[in-house]
Amino acid sequence: MSSSPQALGHLPIDGRDRSEAATAWAFSLPSIGFMTVMLFGPVLAVFVISLTDWQFGDPNPAFAGLKNYAELIADPVFWTALFNTGFYVGIVVPASVFGGLGIALLISGLTRLGTFYRAIHFIPVMVTTVAAALAWEALLHPTIGLLNHILRAMGLPGHNWLQEPALVMPVLCVLGVWETLGFTMVLFLAGLSSIPNELYDAAAIDGADGIWDRFVTVTWPMLGPVTLFVFIVTATRAFKVFDFVAVLTQGGPNKASEVLMYTIYSEGFLFLRTGYASALTVVFLAIILAFTLVQSKIFDKRVHYE
Amino acid sequence: MMKTVLRHTILLFTGTALMVPVVWMISLSFKSSAEMFLPEIHLWPQTWNAAENYGAAFTKSPLPKFLLNGVLVCGAILALQIAVALPFAYALAKLRFKGREVLFSFVIAGLMIPPQVLAIPLFVLFYQLKLLDTFAALILPWGASMFCIFLLRQFFRAVPTEIIDAARLDGMSELGIVLRIMTPAALPAIGAFAIFSVVSHWNDLFWPLIMVKSESLAMPPLGLVFFRSGESGTNYGPLMAASVIVAAPLVVAFVFAQKYFIEGMTLINRR
Repeated sequence: MSSSPQALGHLPIDGRDRSEAATAWAFSLPSIGFMTVMLFGPVLAVFVISLTDWQFGDPNPAFAGLKNYAELIADPVFWTALFNTGFYVGIVVPASVFGGLGIALLISGLTRLGTFYRAIHFIPVMVTTVAAALAWEALLHPTIGLLNHILRAMGLPGHNWLQEPALVMPVLCVLGVWETLGFTMVLFLAGLSSIPNELYDAAAIDGADGIWDRFVTVTWPMLGPVTLFVFIVTATRAFKVFDFVAVLTQGGPNKASEVLMYTIYSEGFLFLRTGYASALTVVFLAIILAFTLVQSKIFDKRVHYE
Repeated sequence: MMKTVLRHTILLFTGTALMVPVVWMISLSFKSSAEMFLPEIHLWPQTWNAAENYGAAFTKSPLPKFLLNGVLVCGAILALQIAVALPFAYALAKLRFKGREVLFSFVIAGLMIPPQVLAIPLFVLFYQLKLLDTFAALILPWGASMFCIFLLRQFFRAVPTEIIDAARLDGMSELGIVLRIMTPAALPAIGAFAIFSVVSHWNDLFWPLIMVKSESLAMPPLGLVFFRSGESGTNYGPLMAASVIVAAPLVVAFVFAQKYFIEGMTLINRR
């Protein structure tokens, strides 16, 4: 990942090196400027603001120490949001990863129509999430929605899918899987295509030639690194779930679909509680980073064959 | 043989299931609201209302403006990202200077920060600069893409140093090297990144939602949200027509250039 730093800084500084360094800094300057003002500055600022009682528009915010964090821990909405986000991640990630793996395995063995199947499974990833959300809303509409029409035709009761507290999170999970499945599928297709055929031949010589045998002896072990990677990427994506909630439920009914990003949005930009929303953001960042770090630890330990 | 048939059956079933919302969106965009309220249901419209719905989508909302904003903002973001990243990635990959390793480790650290984390401070910053509710607030925050820099650096490192030295001996300037040697070498990466960037920003709701209040500055997804709150009740025809129009450009482009889009969308792979 990182480049070789050998000899850097130990070279004799002649004219050529000096002008090379000058060019390098000139070339780096625009990026350094943007990174400072638009990335690392704001990250530091969010920590600092989270330690104040600032409400947006208040000219004199005061230092408040860890008050926002204490308030957050005592706030049931925060815990609801955390629980719902965890629920969403816990359903969407395994369902998309294993579903996408299954579809990729089915497609990769085909000689015909593979591209067609890949396309129709991937289209949901391409559809603008807000447009998709509106389509789902029409589909799930309590009176004129397709789903309830079908259920009624089968003699089953319909539901107000997005307004019933017990249903809203499972429904959002279905939407999440719908828009993620194609994504995990293409990642696995790439992984599968990199497995050399000779391995299957070798396995066949050793007597592993059934579908399941081939999968257990070759495909699954070879996909180890890809699978772990897909888990990380899908989990970070799922953790940021926002669009569906903002368009379809606004966290309702009665906070039943409140998720972390939506809490940050409503506290920070609807109620303008800037300090408090910053504390929420810090928690959000900590969880995302913990994810990445823990998983990359596992990655380093367990998956070292290539 | 049986196994192949089974594969096709399963894939047709899952594929069809995934396409239901898309097909339903298109179907509703052709129907009149009277037909939607009928107790029986037809995929194919009984009375054809497409012209009215698509006409309403274009005339009852500033949909053309939303689309134009989308093109302008996505184009500006991409141009800025590439202009900023090219020279920096070249410096990181090919120039020797103190601080290179430190700068690169900042890029790696930056890769791990989700942009949502920056929302509050950048909202405050743009408020203080009096730039809230402007295109600048939609474009500038994305100026330095750590991802673009990282990717270009990977590509640039593969360019043999001898070619660069030869170009220098021929008197080519460093900027000339970036533009005439490095950029062509990295074209596949730039193309894939362009798709990744345009798709993400065309589809993004969160950022426009916090930075923009005026309808005239809305990006397509935010425009849909405005359109829906403007239309009362369940007049789905025009809303579905507008949704189809917003989603169509990328979906159609994807269908015709599958390979490139999948490469762009899975770029994250190369990290």
